[in-house]
Amino acid sequence: MTKVDLKRKGRKLIIKIIFLLFLLLIWWLLYKIHFWPAWLFPSPRQVFKTLIKGFANHTFIWGILISMRRLFIGFGFALLVGSFVGFLLAKVKIINETVGFLVLGLQTLPSICWLPLALLWFGLNEKAIIFVVIMGSIMSMTIAMESAVKNIPPLFIRAGKMLGVQGWQLFCHVIFPAILPSFITGIKQGWSFAWRSLMSGEMLFITLGLGQLLMIGRQLNDMSQVMAVMLVIIMIGIIFDKLIFGVMENSVRRKWGLK
Amino acid sequence: MRLQVKNISKKFKAKSNYVGALDQVSLDVKSGEFICLLGPSGCGKSTLLNLIAGLEAPDQGEIYSRGKIGLMFQEAALFPWLKVKDNVGFGLKMQKVHRPEIAEQVDKYLSMMHLSAFAEAYPHELSGGMKQRAALARTLILNPDLLLMDEPFAALDAQTRERLYGDLQKIWQETKKTIIFVTHNVREAVCLGDRVEVFTARPGKIKKEFKINLSRPRNLNDVAVAQISNEIMQELKEEIDKVAAEMADYKKHQND
Ligand SMILES: Nc1ncnc2c1ncn2[C@@H]1O[C@H](COP(=O)(O)OP(=O)(O)O)[C@@H](O)[C@H]1O
Ligand SMILES: [Mg+2]
Repeated sequence: MTKVDLKRKGRKLIIKIIFLLFLLLIWWLLYKIHFWPAWLFPSPRQVFKTLIKGFANHTFIWGILISMRRLFIGFGFALLVGSFVGFLLAKVKIINETVGFLVLGLQTLPSICWLPLALLWFGLNEKAIIFVVIMGSIMSMTIAMESAVKNIPPLFIRAGKMLGVQGWQLFCHVIFPAILPSFITGIKQGWSFAWRSLMSGEMLFITLGLGQLLMIGRQLNDMSQVMAVMLVIIMIGIIFDKLIFGVMENSVRRKWGLK
Repeated sequence: MRLQVKNISKKFKAKSNYVGALDQVSLDVKSGEFICLLGPSGCGKSTLLNLIAGLEAPDQGEIYSRGKIGLMFQEAALFPWLKVKDNVGFGLKMQKVHRPEIAEQVDKYLSMMHLSAFAEAYPHELSGGMKQRAALARTLILNPDLLLMDEPFAALDAQTRERLYGDLQKIWQETKKTIIFVTHNVREAVCLGDRVEVFTARPGKIKKEFKINLSRPRNLNDVAVAQISNEIMQELKEEIDKVAAEMADYKKHQND
């Protein structure tokens, strides 16, 4: 990164921080003039305190760990199976005409609609919620992989063949690296579907996790808990979307010269 | 390496009918020869190279060749995810050659192509001419007996192209490879080839062969090159006119 780039980044960061401080100020002012009653609209300080307390007494940490575990199992499965099916969809015509049609149909179903079915099949337990996470992201992973494979420039395959790739080498050294940029974008999108499905699932049926912490806040009429948990959920979203996937995406795109 | 192409024909399936790409093409190339295939675009030149390279199979006819074949495309087709040095070493890596050996060979071919300073660069950081040189290094490193080049310089600016003509003739003289070079540029063909094969419009047939007995290295602006180019141009023009007429006809049909 050049000096100018760093400077520009620094400037952007400062603008963002100032804007956030400004929002906090407005929040605090609204609280101060009692625009809404305090139990509906807590001060930034209260929410911050709840946040610290949640981490100090480990309830938030457990909530995060439980939710993350579900997310990793569910999305991990969707990632593996979805990518594999997507690859087949791109390569085998008859599978495309049958399974492809099914995937497109099922993709239109909002993932939370799978919950009643999951509850009946698996009961009120971990399996049901993981099932919802899987169904929420597997179609999108499948479709992302299919289009990534279909869009590989044939020239790369031919060049690979002329340079003597054989069997698996074609997949490992040509096809996989060729789809990587669109595949990472697909993972990023699939992850956000999985994350949304998980949160809706956790809020609808009582079981530990961040979604439930949110609902507990509501039941206890504890607005600062609701807001604190929302902040945690936002932070996790930002960490994955912007930091982990964003950095992966950028580094690949820079290598390719797509930026 | 000797190459014999005997009565090759190839058709492609279009929407409703078949398009003849090549019709009864025969070609005999001696070891160490530099052949240029010249023809209007769409006459089946790339198809012929793909058939010789074994990327596609002919409908009729036979191709005899022994030895390794390298093919270079019109676009450099470098892998954008690999550094220049890894692109050049790609073929050796696929053959599981030991790493130090690969590094040594890569160095050699990069310096031959004046690309040593760009070993660590990614393809998108190279100019068009540098990309083609990297692609040539990537092909030559596998030491092919027959080098097929499909309009490799067509997308480059005139200056870069002229420099590459010089480089290519030098490499050819040093390595004694057999080269088949496809182009639609008459002067380019005369400047490079021992023989120039002029193709008809689609379906491609060899219309006429010209032997070019000029001393090397040749330059694009040599008087002799210009003279012979003129002669060949007469031959080629008929075919280009045919393509133009076909296109006009096609447009008219669309407008009707
Ligand atoms: N894979 C293919 N499928 C259908 N038609 C093709 C295919 N490859 C080439 N053709 C057709 O065959 C003809 C010859 O193509 P090509 O060999 O690329 O010509 P050239 O390289 O001389 O410009 C063209 O009309 C082209 O449209
Ligand atoms: Mg062509």
